[in-house]
Amino acid sequence: MKKIHVTTKINGDTVEFLCDPRETLLDVLRDRLGLTGAKEGCGTGDCGACSVTVDGRLTCSCLMLGVEAEGHEIGTVEGIADGEELHPLQKKFIEYAALQCGICTPGILVAAKNLLERNPDPTEEEVRYWLAGNLCRCTGYDKIIRAVLDTAAEMREAS
Amino acid sequence: MALDEYKPQKGGSELETDHQFKYVGTRPDRPDGFDKVTGRARFGADMYAPGMLHAAILRSPHAHARIVRIDTSKAEAMEGVKAVVTRADFSKNVPFAPGMAGEFWNILENVMAGEKVLYDGHAVAAVAATTPLIARDALKAIEVEYEILPHVTDVDEAMKPDAPVIREGAADKSVPEGMHPNVVRYHESGHGDVEAGFAEADLVIEDHFTTEATHQGYIEPHACLATLGSDGKGELWCCTQGHWYVQKVCAALLDLETANLRVTASEIGGGFGGKTTVFIEPVALALSRKANRPVKLVMSRSEVFRATGPTASASMDIKIGMKKDGTITAAKGEFRLQGGAFPGAPMEFTAMCAFACYNLKNVHQVGYDVMTNRPKQAAYRAPGSPMAAFAVESVIDELCNRLGLDPIEVRLKNAAREGTKASYGPTFPRIGLVETLEAAKAHPHYSAPLKPGQGRGISCGFWFNHGGETSVSLALSEDGSAQVMVGTPDIGGSRASMALMAAEVLGIPFEKIRVTIADTGSLGYNEISHGSRVTYASGLATIKAAQDAVRKLRQRAADKWGIDVEAVDWVDGCAVPSGPNAGDFDPLPLAEITKNMGATGGPISGHYEATPEGAGVSFATHIVDAEVDRETGSTRVVRYTVVQDAGKAIHPTYVEGQFQGGAAQGIGWALNEEYIYGPDGRLQNPGFLDYRIPVASDLPMIDTVIVEVPNPGHPYGVRGVGETSICPPLAAIANAVSNAAGVRLRDLPMRPSRILEELEKQQGDA
Ligand code: FES
Ligand code: FES
Repeated sequence: MKKIHVTTKINGDTVEFLCDPRETLLDVLRDRLGLTGAKEGCGTGDCGACSVTVDGRLTCSCLMLGVEAEGHEIGTVEGIADGEELHPLQKKFIEYAALQCGICTPGILVAAKNLLERNPDPTEEEVRYWLAGNLCRCTGYDKIIRAVLDTAAEMREAS
Repeated sequence: MALDEYKPQKGGSELETDHQFKYVGTRPDRPDGFDKVTGRARFGADMYAPGMLHAAILRSPHAHARIVRIDTSKAEAMEGVKAVVTRADFSKNVPFAPGMAGEFWNILENVMAGEKVLYDGHAVAAVAATTPLIARDALKAIEVEYEILPHVTDVDEAMKPDAPVIREGAADKSVPEGMHPNVVRYHESGHGDVEAGFAEADLVIEDHFTTEATHQGYIEPHACLATLGSDGKGELWCCTQGHWYVQKVCAALLDLETANLRVTASEIGGGFGGKTTVFIEPVALALSRKANRPVKLVMSRSEVFRATGPTASASMDIKIGMKKDGTITAAKGEFRLQGGAFPGAPMEFTAMCAFACYNLKNVHQVGYDVMTNRPKQAAYRAPGSPMAAFAVESVIDELCNRLGLDPIEVRLKNAAREGTKASYGPTFPRIGLVETLEAAKAHPHYSAPLKPGQGRGISCGFWFNHGGETSVSLALSEDGSAQVMVGTPDIGGSRASMALMAAEVLGIPFEKIRVTIADTGSLGYNEISHGSRVTYASGLATIKAAQDAVRKLRQRAADKWGIDVEAVDWVDGCAVPSGPNAGDFDPLPLAEITKNMGATGGPISGHYEATPEGAGVSFATHIVDAEVDRETGSTRVVRYTVVQDAGKAIHPTYVEGQFQGGAAQGIGWALNEEYIYGPDGRLQNPGFLDYRIPVASDLPMIDTVIVEVPNPGHPYGVRGVGETSICPPLAAIANAVSNAAGVRLRDLPMRPSRILEELEKQQGDA
């Protein structure tokens, strides 16, 4: 099939690419743009490993076509840190051992950051339900939930 | 841990008893944390090569069929298709053990079907093309003609006389005469006289239990990038728990010299036993050889469910006798496991683990390994043990209920201790079951009040743990930092525990140590990361390699000072003169020695290789509170506490993580997860939507208590922690459900429909 030209913004930079109209945004990010932080755990919207933001909205990039990115702003795990300074969530995830294998981590960080931007003071239950679309098979979620709650508390204090 | 590799624990103590730890037991940030929170860690599918092709595999839609004809010509003719392979492209003379049970042959047959397809999802052909989309389109152009055969997917059905035969002649010599050819291995063990024991009991309960196959459910699908030339030399990048094993198997399946295939383990996105074998790597290599280009092959999630190893499903009969005072007089178990269309269901582990928690005078256990038309099972966290614990611990709970006894007291009364003759043969050295039971009893959870509709359950669990072939090298840099090369992929923070142990021996800070997972070209053979062996065996080898380097450091100091090496101690990262020379010279720090190492004798390294056999068994006791909704039949776990003996927790945070992860997987196994086959023999739920693993909103926090009863077979007492944590949850939850709703579930998962059925029966009885 003929490729289509797409212009988008990824982590603040303007990016142009050509893609087959059947390719997902996840395929484009990984295979065309070298942004392999987002992972494919299922390809069907069930695991959240591919989570990105599209105009600030949490999205499974495996459920969106690459061509649909035209004119939108995409945020990925690669854009979470501020230069060499890790985002507070990233630091807390390391400190709390909120990851074992780490394959779910990029998606969970994108989702958790998105939550804290909307709700700086979530309850445990709110964090659990917000992250219910992000599967983690290793941790039992305990340390992930604690890391998110503690980051929220620290960010509230700092602001 | 392969079935034939289990060896009982050997005597002799490695334990450095008077050790005062400086680094071990602390909780530093893991060395690979930065990579993993920024997205820059490279997992299986994150590797690309110049000129790379993309591959896809065609899979059987039938549970059992003869392949009459495969025509790949149309696919081969498509633009962008560079290679198509079928079974003809693999070795014709794979090393082959007697009795058609040779594991390499089984793996070959599994990665690419021969004359028959044996399960829904069995691979029949593969394509490499310039894009993933072309590869997928080309699969549709391959024509396969099947002659459909009768199939069987249930373990009990597969043993019946009229069941279709999966493969004639697959049974080994252990199987008694007269059994169905689908029964391929048989196990029997125990001691004493169980019938006499039952006669002594005040109450005997006999019950039937089943557990369904569950998948390890790692979030990362299998993925690899293969390069192989017709010169027989190749490179392979893949997500695996054991790259030396991958190297060995792939070399055999493709007629290569093992050393000519270099395998690098990527970061691994979960394994839990499911990545201890190969599924796609030989296929990618065969395609690469044929196309003369690098080939990337990544499984889809539905392929992972249909064609990689779930655990075995089980059908079990348990009989236990107890006296009024709680003494168990005899125990008997029969365990029938199906592990798909190949031998290998871990029924002997099921049988051996079943009663291992208890000191029994009379015990007898029988296991059957049964073939069905399902995917080849793979290890899953303490393979074989959780189902046994489910059945046995449920019966013990029922006995306690009916005799009015406290479930922890009864377990304490019968608990295996040092000197107990284990139900599976050996005599236990120092073990920690009693300590976990005491800690559970003392935990506030055990005495906390319950709300209406809630029930509390407890259960114990057991796993052997494992040693295995291990090789570790350590090299010092001039600036006094150290690199440690281990051969066991880091699935959940093992780089951190290796660095802590090396820091402890060398006496230098954790941050000065970089742990690398070496490729197969950089280190000797290392067995797979399985059997909870990494912190034990790679840890032991890391300690010994560091001690080897310390010996050389002491020698350099001795040379410098002109004294005997025996008169040099190593204290807190420095060479120190001792004995007659004590105080003669200032302590010489490690970095001072390495600074001049080029001029004082050359590089300083340490190395250790062995097959350590002192793995220490471990036990756990779990407490769980569950709430049953009598309207919907759904069960919610509201509180959970894991108490487990770690021997020694090297990095306690990651030990807790293993406890919590095992408990969560057990909760899924108990309540929702199951392989569902239709009457057509096809898997009906090959996706995370219908195969529902626990999500964050399903679970409570999971409390942990780390018990430390040192393993005499490791210098610091490590036992290994990955597996035991999945053994108790199934029964603990069933026992909690029984106490919450008055119904005893004997079939897993305890899905709402099953609970409702039992509740209806209960109402009918009332
Ligand atoms: S890969 Fe997109 S949700 Fe799983
Ligand atoms: S850390 Fe492995 S899946 Fe979450």
